[in-house]
Amino acid sequence: MDWINAIVQGTLLGGLYALFAAGLSLIFGVMRLVNIAHGDLIVLAAYLGLTVTAALSMNPFVALILVVPLMAGFGYVLQRGVLNWTLGDDILPPLLVTFGLSVIIQNALLEGYSADPQKLNAGAIEVASANIGGLAVGYLPLVMFLTAVLVVAVLQWIFYATALGRAFRAVSDNQDIAQLMGLNRRHVFGLAMALSLAVTAIAGIFLGVRTSFDPATGPARLIFGFEAVIIGGLGNLWGTLAGGVILGVAQSIGAQINPGWQILSGHIAFLIILAVRPRGLFPRMDG
Amino acid sequence: MTHFTTNRRTVIRGLAAIGLAAPAILRGRSAFAQGRTIKVGHVSPRTGPLAGFAEADEYVLEGIRAKFAEGIAGQGGTYNIEIITADSQSNPNRAAEVASDLILREEVDIITAASTPDTTNPVADQAELNEVPCITTDCPWQPYFFGRSGDPANGFESTYHFFWGLEDVIAAFLAMWDGTGVEKTVAGLFPNDADGNAWGDPELGLPKPLAAAGYTLVDPGRYQPLTDDFTAQINAFKEANCQIVTGNMIPPDFATFWAQAAQQGFNPKIVTIGKALLFPSVVDSLGERGNGLSSEVWWSPYHPFSSSLTGISAKDLANGYSDATGRPWTQPIGFKHALFEVVADVVKRADDVRDPQSIVAAIASTSLDTIVGPVDWSVGPVKNVTKTPLVGGQWQKGDNGLNLEIVANATAPEVPVTAEMQLL
Repeated sequence: MDWINAIVQGTLLGGLYALFAAGLSLIFGVMRLVNIAHGDLIVLAAYLGLTVTAALSMNPFVALILVVPLMAGFGYVLQRGVLNWTLGDDILPPLLVTFGLSVIIQNALLEGYSADPQKLNAGAIEVASANIGGLAVGYLPLVMFLTAVLVVAVLQWIFYATALGRAFRAVSDNQDIAQLMGLNRRHVFGLAMALSLAVTAIAGIFLGVRTSFDPATGPARLIFGFEAVIIGGLGNLWGTLAGGVILGVAQSIGAQINPGWQILSGHIAFLIILAVRPRGLFPRMDG
Repeated sequence: MTHFTTNRRTVIRGLAAIGLAAPAILRGRSAFAQGRTIKVGHVSPRTGPLAGFAEADEYVLEGIRAKFAEGIAGQGGTYNIEIITADSQSNPNRAAEVASDLILREEVDIITAASTPDTTNPVADQAELNEVPCITTDCPWQPYFFGRSGDPANGFESTYHFFWGLEDVIAAFLAMWDGTGVEKTVAGLFPNDADGNAWGDPELGLPKPLAAAGYTLVDPGRYQPLTDDFTAQINAFKEANCQIVTGNMIPPDFATFWAQAAQQGFNPKIVTIGKALLFPSVVDSLGERGNGLSSEVWWSPYHPFSSSLTGISAKDLANGYSDATGRPWTQPIGFKHALFEVVADVVKRADDVRDPQSIVAAIASTSLDTIVGPVDWSVGPVKNVTKTPLVGGQWQKGDNGLNLEIVANATAPEVPVTAEMQLL
């Protein structure tokens, strides 16, 4: 029973990792940009959520109505104003710029909010749970997992069933030809970053409700996002969800054996998959 | 690194308020300097994950600088003391770097450091290497002493430390639990870091004294800090029917554990955790579920001590901070103040402040009643270390949110108990 419980809890945890990773996956898929500041952007979203909930005394999940568009707007401006200028043949400049962005966000948050650990208070849902066949399944992890599935489904739909998604795929396949066909790639990239940060906003709110955060927690959250993306296959959204779940389950099974192996077993699962399938489990079909 | 003196207080305050680092400001107007100015370096984690420990630095140093501006009467005349602060950025490598800078470039006469082994150890190591007198605090003495490969037979030459040790935490925790009549099964949560390994160590940590006091410890093993899932631990604790939870955790890990414990139906009667529950901001962030958690208390407004330097009582110092900043008091405030009490006392007594040997001799012979209790290096568990009193406290609901009440004082009866221990 303990083992089943560990697998169930690990799967639900995978939902959180998938939320961390979905934005990363999307950005990499569209413009081959590795966003080192992604973890800090998640924490930034959590702080935005904190400000909105404190100012308007609303539930953090209701605050998403404001935080999602704010982060999306920030993403568009960030992409058009900064990151577009760094994109080119060399993958190093965007990497360095996002690294710098990470440092800037951390220190700006420290100045603005101090080093106090903060938490978003979502009320009773945080500790409520349902008893399913003898397993206590918390509502919050369950909602988190379902949200992750929903987010991935929506992103998938945008990618393959809308004009915007066609534009994403076009610039991803060949920027120059897409440009010739009348797509403004700078604008398309801006929209992709906006979408990515909209997902980040959701991840940030869930992170803040689940545990406490401070300005320095971003980078530690980034690693699991990266691993989930790579396990699932770069740029494949359903793969990212699968990657998150594999990581979560590997961790909880490791912890069941010995808590010291929890994080390690996640990394080991990642390494094994990297060794066996270097392009991840479900690589994108882009030759 | 910033240089400033008390006569520019208002400027500093203004700068701090708008969130800029204070720029270099002209050195002191030496109205009192009959001897030369004594330079004291101070390293603390102003930024980064440990910044909470240093959040009251500005306030405490302001009071200290105001006092130092009057000059300190020493053996060779009246001295000006200039405090030069440096930020460790919560990073031990950076702490070593700024310490060596203070020693070699600023040529400080005494170097001080506070808050966690990540700050005190690298600074003390640099001081020992360069034979500069060093006083540190706000880090349990075992990580300080053994973390620097100290040999109890020889100790160190130039570096001295005052705080409490693991044995005091254990005694304070036991004092809290003993009176409650709760079943003696204890769940242990120890991370795989310096503190967690020390607390969970079978020889020097919690297991032995707990067993001696009749408690059964359920320790599933060391977890990695910033873990996202505590299901395995919660399963083990539920199976063993643990009524008490203890350990040493960082705030995000505790928040994760505590939410998951509720989700998965694990409801202990007592939760006493080191480190995570020190700061009011952390406990407040847990909302309703912060009420009733307990922790060790190194210093509080209720401690019946007052400053040897300014005469201010523990209560007034804590309230002064709350009034000045609008934030609740925190435990490091007292120790930061006491650190400079010791510095002033050493300057007063040193035969020759130009001679590091003489300063070290003065530190070693300190016997001072500070705002955190007596500091006297002639009594201590090992050479270079002396201990201050430690009691047990619980966060209880008061009129304005949660207050840290003293609930067990068997370890230091001079500190009054302010409330009864309540079960969760």
